[in-house]
Amino acid sequence: MINNVIEISGLYKDYDTVAGVFPVLKDVNLTISEGDYVAIMGPSGSGKSTFMNILGCLDRPTQGEYKLDHQSIKSLNGNELAKLRNKTIGFVFQGFNLLSRSTLLDNVSLPLVYANDSKMLRDEKSKKLLEKVGLGQYLNSKPNQISGGQEQRVAIARALINQPRIILADEPTGNLDSKTSEEIMSLFNTLNKEGITIIIVTHENDIADHASRQIRFLDGRIVDDRRNQKFEEIY
Amino acid sequence: MFFSMLSEAWHAMGANRLRTFLTMLGMVIGVSAVVLMMAIGEGAQQAIKKSIDSMGSNLFVILSGSSSTSGSRTGSGNSSALNINDANAIGELDDIAMIAPISTGNAQIIYAGNNWNTVIIGTAPSYFSIRGWNVDSGNLFTETDIRSANRVALIGKTVVENLFGDDVDPIGKTIRIKKSPFMVLGVLEAKGQSFDGRDQDDTIIVPITTAQRKLFGNQIPGSVRMIMAQAKSEKYMETAENAINELIRQRHNIRENTESDFSIRNLTAMAKTASDTARTMSMLLGAIASISLLVGGIGIMNIMLVSVTERTREIGIRMAIGAREKDILLQFLLEACVISIVGCIIGVGLGLGGALMVKKMAGAEILISMQSIALAFSVAASVGVFFGYYPASKAAKLHPIEALRYQ
Ligand SMILES: Nc1ncnc2c1ncn2[C@@H]1O[C@H](COP(=O)(O)OP(=O)(O)O)[C@@H](O)[C@H]1O
Ligand SMILES: [Mg+2]
Repeated sequence: MINNVIEISGLYKDYDTVAGVFPVLKDVNLTISEGDYVAIMGPSGSGKSTFMNILGCLDRPTQGEYKLDHQSIKSLNGNELAKLRNKTIGFVFQGFNLLSRSTLLDNVSLPLVYANDSKMLRDEKSKKLLEKVGLGQYLNSKPNQISGGQEQRVAIARALINQPRIILADEPTGNLDSKTSEEIMSLFNTLNKEGITIIIVTHENDIADHASRQIRFLDGRIVDDRRNQKFEEIY
Repeated sequence: MFFSMLSEAWHAMGANRLRTFLTMLGMVIGVSAVVLMMAIGEGAQQAIKKSIDSMGSNLFVILSGSSSTSGSRTGSGNSSALNINDANAIGELDDIAMIAPISTGNAQIIYAGNNWNTVIIGTAPSYFSIRGWNVDSGNLFTETDIRSANRVALIGKTVVENLFGDDVDPIGKTIRIKKSPFMVLGVLEAKGQSFDGRDQDDTIIVPITTAQRKLFGNQIPGSVRMIMAQAKSEKYMETAENAINELIRQRHNIRENTESDFSIRNLTAMAKTASDTARTMSMLLGAIASISLLVGGIGIMNIMLVSVTERTREIGIRMAIGAREKDILLQFLLEACVISIVGCIIGVGLGLGGALMVKKMAGAEILISMQSIALAFSVAASVGVFFGYYPASKAAKLHPIEALRYQ
């Protein structure tokens, strides 16, 4: 039976600006089932990031319903949202967002600090994940000592540390060259095969072709939503 | 989690060493000032308390000469207004427990070629009970010595040191006071400093009759320089003072609205004033030192605010991966507390070092109490929490998205 991990209906998001209320998302409706691999596309300023932030419980919608794993986000307080960000969702950013002062090991294990794991357990889990993304020999390096592609691998390892059900990636390859991008995407492919739901924002068709489903935003609305033929061909 | 946050706070401090050091310096200076000032202040209070305890309780001194014309007080104690009969009459008053007539003067003392100039007190045996003063060795003189004006002397510790040294037992030795021979009857126990700073052990006590006839021979017979009187207890002090005043005015035939030819000093009240002054001084010192602690705290707040602004993005990242508001709050609060407590530890060390140096170099009495150190610690911790709270709560209240977008 297919489980709908994300159910969104009649979702609106306005920003209050000096020029007045500025609507960014307008009546967005979407259902994503567990294990899906979704690419979100659309021009700059169409509201993709805003939508991702709401999906990631970093922001709340102005109006409408967002159910994560059948639970309405509206009823949750700050601590409960933080727990969802910690356990259920892994976020990957375009700019990597690693802590520059901390080692790769500490960066990856940071979510476990907030999950209250012991130092030994944290280090063990983080080491395993860094090895999985091919950075086993850089455990004690700092982010500025490795390449951008490697930084994004660290960020993905961090997103995975609490075994989340969903990975949200907002233009994860935006700062990377095409070869490195392919490497990152194959990592996402592997994760999706392991059963993790993946939602990825991208401008590039090659990147979007990795996904099984492609959604297009335009001016704060979903204007296109289809299965990806190529995905069926490749896999 | 607390410990991993503590170690993170420690590392955050290491990230900008110079800044951390300068921020901490404010705390270090504040805490060491508090510790040092309290050590000095409490030391002074203790010194005064000691000398007050050595003075005797509920005491008056009646001096000849008026008190109001203080400008020409050179005559105070010198005129012959008071005599032994006044003293005895005061002793008869209901509120008075005991009196001792006193004549004093300076004299040169000689023993075996050693010279010493000291204060000679001529008085009666009652003086020793009033002042609670006894001998360390030998005996006190008695009424018999008064009646026969014997040449016997009790000598203070300072005099012993300067005249006899460590090896000679002064008891039974003959010293010369103003060239006339006196037998040392006893050595007085050490009293230390009086609350007005004199060395009470630099003195020789002889029978008042001997003093008047053989040392200060040019006085009117029966006259005394001053009378020490002890009230029966503290609650009689006021009535006793009035009674003495009335009695002596009557005896000296002083008409109404005319100045007295004597003055009464309430030594107990003066001592209380001195100790109150010392306490006020010590509180003032503490208060001034606390201000530097406050300044140190403001320094911490200032740096924490800068730190929160600088690390806005970091805060956003932490929130995005699951930090709750209270986690962020605790993180920054811990950083502020670590700075202030480490600063406090260094400050206590410096303050104690400074206090010992003051003791060594200035010879001032200091008192280092555990309470003052505990106080400094708790104040430092509260300063950390108090001044760290606002920046920390500012950090915790950031919106994750806005924090992440911060450049
Ligand atoms: N915090 C904000 N306050 C005001 N306007 C915002 C804010 N965040 C985004 N916007 C605006 O909302 C629109 C959508 O932004 P965004 O979701 O980032 O689009 P995309 O990611 O598709 O490029 C843009 O016009 C942007 O300027
Ligand atoms: Mg965007």
